[in-house]
Parts: sequence; structure tokens; C-alpha cells
Amino acid sequence: MDLLSQLRGQIADFSAFLHREGFVDDQFTQLQKLRDESSPGFVVEVVSLFFEDCEKLVNNMAKALEQQIVDFKQVDSHVHQLKGSSSSIGAARIHNVCIAFKTCCEDQNRNGCVRCLQQVNHECIQLKNNLQTLFNLEQQIIAAGGSIPAKQ
Amino acid sequence: MADQDQSNNFSVLIVDDDRIVRETNRRFTALAGTQKQLRMEFQEAENGKEAVYLHLAGASFDLILMDFQMPIMNGIQATQLLRQMGVKSRIVGVTSESDQQAFFDAGLNNCIQKPLNPAKIAEFLIVSKKRKRIGTSQA
Repeated sequence: MDLLSQLRGQIADFSAFLHREGFVDDQFTQLQKLRDESSPGFVVEVVSLFFEDCEKLVNNMAKALEQQIVDFKQVDSHVHQLKGSSSSIGAARIHNVCIAFKTCCEDQNRNGCVRCLQQVNHECIQLKNNLQTLFNLEQQIIAAGGSIPAKQ
Repeated sequence: MADQDQSNNFSVLIVDDDRIVRETNRRFTALAGTQKQLRMEFQEAENGKEAVYLHLAGASFDLILMDFQMPIMNGIQATQLLRQMGVKSRIVGVTSESDQQAFFDAGLNNCIQKPLNPAKIAEFLIVSKKRKRIGTSQA
């Protein structure tokens, strides 16, 4: 098997893993379909922006939850934003944690919110690492003279 | 010829406080528009107030994609104001909320469940018949 076929196989397997384990959903596939010759780096760019915003939101939420009197409305607005952006890129696990997080905010449950925040942080790190692996494989295909398999 | 060209122009205002959502919604809408052979133009607003200000400055759009929950001015408030101002554009709410009645009462035409994708948006990319008739009659 030549290098390109091997790499394409690895990408297919890894993508299947990401979907199977619920890291990403069909919305991520829709996002990948937007990649074309005029914007080959589109998915990497959007995902980078997402993790940039994710980090800011997690820091803001952490600060808000450290306060003696927690402003749950403020925390909820940050969670809402993260819920929306995670859903728009297909970051399914992060989105699901945000749903539970919103409930904790509505219940004004500080301990529940702190646990959710830890989970959000964990899922963000995992997804970031996994997507970096995927993007590295795609870069290897391009470096080997191939093109990234089109999404169906 | 110029008027026929213009009849395929389609302007969209994307109103959402999250830049990732604005970017992905714009891309998906652009793809859906290209598939319908429309020449798409986009503007963005970070909240309802910015959307209202754009209209006060004279902007108009074929389609407004309006988020529900935004700081400063939310989607319901913005939709109400825009309708009071006489804005006739199709306003489509984009929300994950299950209770959409208040949003419709404010003057929405339609609502889409988040997240957006080309299939969901395609049915709203309809050039108004009035604009099409004007375009062809002056050919």
C-alpha cells in the first residue's frame, strides 16, 4: 500500500473514531464540506477561533464561579455562547456538557456548575488534541502530494 | 442586462453575538445561495441593536437571520423594532429554544433550529417575486 493510501485510510479511521465516540457530529462533516480551493484552511481557521473563544469563555466562567456571590445569569450567558458555537462546528460532547451546565445555572447550583466547567475544560482539551491529530494527518497527505478526501 | 443580473442578487444580514456562529452561518448560507445560482451579499451584526442601526442607516436585506439570545438587544426586541420601523424583509429566527412563540409574536416569518446547514437555509433563499418581475420587465 502506498503512503497516500495509508494516510487516507488513517484519516478515514480516525474520522470514524471521532464520530463514534461522540467528539464530533454530522455538523462537523457539514463544516468540512465547506472547504474548497478558495479556502483550503477554512476548517482549521474556524476551529482555531473556536478554541480561542472557548478558552476565554472558560476563564470568564471560572472567575465568575470563584466570586463569593455568583452571578449565575452571567455564567449562563457564557455557557449559552459556548453552547451555540460548539453546536455550529459540531463539537458534540462540548455541546452536551453545556446543556447540563445551563441546567445547573438555572438551578443556581454552584457545585454543579463547577463540575460542569471542569468537564467542559476536559472536553475542550480532548477535542483540541483529537482535531490536531486529524489536521496533522491531512497536512501529511498534502505534503505527500495528495488531496484531502472530499466529504460526502 | 444589468437589471436581469441584479435580480439574482440576494442580501443577507446575520445577527448573532458569537463570531463562530456568524462565520459558519455565513458560509453555509453562501453555499446554499451558490447552489441556487444567487449572487450573495452579507452583512453581520453582533446584536439586535446593531441590526436596528444598520436599518436606520438605510440598509435593507432580502433575508435576516436573527439569533434569539444576545446581549444589549435580543432577537425578540430587535424583530419587534424592525417590524415597527416598517422592515418587510423575511426574518428567520435561528434558535435552540423550544419555546418560539414569543419570537413569532414579535414578527418572525420562520424559525430554524440551530445549528444551521445549507439544507435548512435553502428554502428561505427566495428572491421576492416583485423584484424578479421588475428585473425581467426592464430587460
